[in-house]
Amino acid sequence: MALDRWSQSNSMAEVREFEFKEPATRLADARRMLEHAPELQPSGAQPDIPADKMVLNMGPSHPATHGVLRIVLELDGEIITKAMPDVGYLHRGDEKIAENMTYTQFIPYTDRLDYLAPLANNVAYVLAVEKLLGIDRQLPPRCQFIRVMCAELARISSHLLGLGSFAMDVGAMTVFLHTFTEREKVYNLCESLTGARFTTSYTRIGGLSRDLPPGWVEQCRKFCDEVMVNIDETETLLSRNRIFVDRTQGVAAISKEDAMDYGLTGPNLRGSGVQHDLRKTHPYLIYDQLDFDVPVGSTGDCYDRYLLRVEEMRQSVRILHQCLDKLPSGPVNVADTKIVLPPKERVLTRMEELIHHFINVTQGINAPPGEVYFAHENPKGELGFYINSKGGGTPYRLKIRSPSFVNLSILPHVLPGHMMSDVVAILGSLDFVMGECDR
Amino acid sequence: MAAIDLARQLKEKFGELLSEPQEFRSEITMRVGDPERIEEVCLFAKQSLGFDYLTDITSIDNYGDDPRFTLVYHLYGYGHLCPLRLKTDVSEAKSELPSVTKVWRTADWHEREIYDMMGIRFAGHGDLRRILMWDGYPYFPLRKEFPLAGRPSDLPEVAFTSAAPMAGGPFVTIAGGKDTISREPRVRIPDADSLGMNARVQRRQDIKQSHGRAHGPGPVEPK
Repeated sequence: MALDRWSQSNSMAEVREFEFKEPATRLADARRMLEHAPELQPSGAQPDIPADKMVLNMGPSHPATHGVLRIVLELDGEIITKAMPDVGYLHRGDEKIAENMTYTQFIPYTDRLDYLAPLANNVAYVLAVEKLLGIDRQLPPRCQFIRVMCAELARISSHLLGLGSFAMDVGAMTVFLHTFTEREKVYNLCESLTGARFTTSYTRIGGLSRDLPPGWVEQCRKFCDEVMVNIDETETLLSRNRIFVDRTQGVAAISKEDAMDYGLTGPNLRGSGVQHDLRKTHPYLIYDQLDFDVPVGSTGDCYDRYLLRVEEMRQSVRILHQCLDKLPSGPVNVADTKIVLPPKERVLTRMEELIHHFINVTQGINAPPGEVYFAHENPKGELGFYINSKGGGTPYRLKIRSPSFVNLSILPHVLPGHMMSDVVAILGSLDFVMGECDR
Repeated sequence: MAAIDLARQLKEKFGELLSEPQEFRSEITMRVGDPERIEEVCLFAKQSLGFDYLTDITSIDNYGDDPRFTLVYHLYGYGHLCPLRLKTDVSEAKSELPSVTKVWRTADWHEREIYDMMGIRFAGHGDLRRILMWDGYPYFPLRKEFPLAGRPSDLPEVAFTSAAPMAGGPFVTIAGGKDTISREPRVRIPDADSLGMNARVQRRQDIKQSHGRAHGPGPVEPK
């Protein structure tokens, strides 16, 4: 069992006592607090006149909703009494599109799911198709190492953005600029690796679109050193920042039971104290050969989720270092030309390769009938692909289980009882992306 | 404990209601014979077998077959780390089965999405509204007979009201065919197209009529 590899000690060992409240209790407490705390009222203010509840429409184009999330809030003064998230503004019908094209043709669409970590989506999707084909254990070692590096770079990139915008939403503009400087370097690495900064489409079924370019390993090593400094600096800006701590500690605490019941995954689940990381519990690629810890929170509030992401970035850098050190040589694609396109010069000179190329491109890879579900530990949580195949080159049904969609479904439970201004902190700490939520 | 043992325990409890566990790519799948009892099976799986996390619910449209819809539940337990897949069939005439929101609260949005995309209703859900499409949208877009290009809806200037920029063009594949050959625009014969309601076919003809030519060489005429 992989569980003995869990870290026994981590930097967040200090457990804070916290009482988890149901929304109704929280609401009553918040009201009582306001009534009995005259210092919170403006001086000379008249006692509150009971008034009707106000319905406030937040989003879909609000800077704190990170895209096009809309929340209809019912307010009693400044306290939220009811929250109704409204998603779907970025729905493009990716699942419908997938039914109408070959497995390979869908890879670029996965870039547009979690567009803050396209490399991780690419890896997740091709692993799902490879599981269907039954070749997920036959990938060349070099391919597996490069894919792990891709996934971890994507995690760093996504968390840097998540932290930056979270901090900006609660008032710390500097952090955003600081993390974006570092994120730019990830984009540079992506560019030299894939040819694109944003829409990478790097992986292929059974391998990768290309091998590492010359000098990339050194470039990545340099980045690893630089980003560690940046992470430390970011932490000094936030972890003991009075304003940041006041706005995040004790806000939107999600209990372990609620987190599991609402199906939260990724940092949001671990922030609530559930030790679950797919890289440890169901190791894919070469994660079982790597040494890394999985941080776990204790109270499940916004501050814990922040701390957790910071630590996850450090662990990702640790994984990157190990991959760069151990990176084997050899091919990056499986040898089967019925799955991976054969080399061009052979296509143009040999009959068999020409046929394989033609069939692969026009009809797609011939997948067996069956169904698989593959879950990948994406930066935002568990990104799952359920593929139902009836044989042939296209999926009969492809379902994307997106972490952001599921993570957002807890909002109606979490938001009531909080102040209006807490919403931005809560949304920032849940770290969602609408491209993936709406698909 | 392995997933197969848990599947056997479930089978022991419910007997004929469940099929024998099937294994494919080391994933265990069981069919629930009666969709009306899915909530009962799920509740037992959660309370007695430790499946405390519902990963996902999804639906499949077996267009042309009866029963038409298949619901797929992905269960997982944080205690034993085993996944299990449950499947159950729902006929088009009924299009309804019990909700599992009372077992796992995460089922709420998944069931709303299935209702939104395929039109399957969940009894006892409480808040079964559309989630990705807007309220009042008249179609269920993930059903197989719904064309990829979309259909006009009564909201003008919203999605699906005008042709895509390259629609009917020589490099745009045609939605809904069985294989890539039938979707390939240059070899397709419109009359032989199994999905006659395909909006792009119509659009291509419209373009041809209005401009005197379609983009590219146009469809091959049937002999």
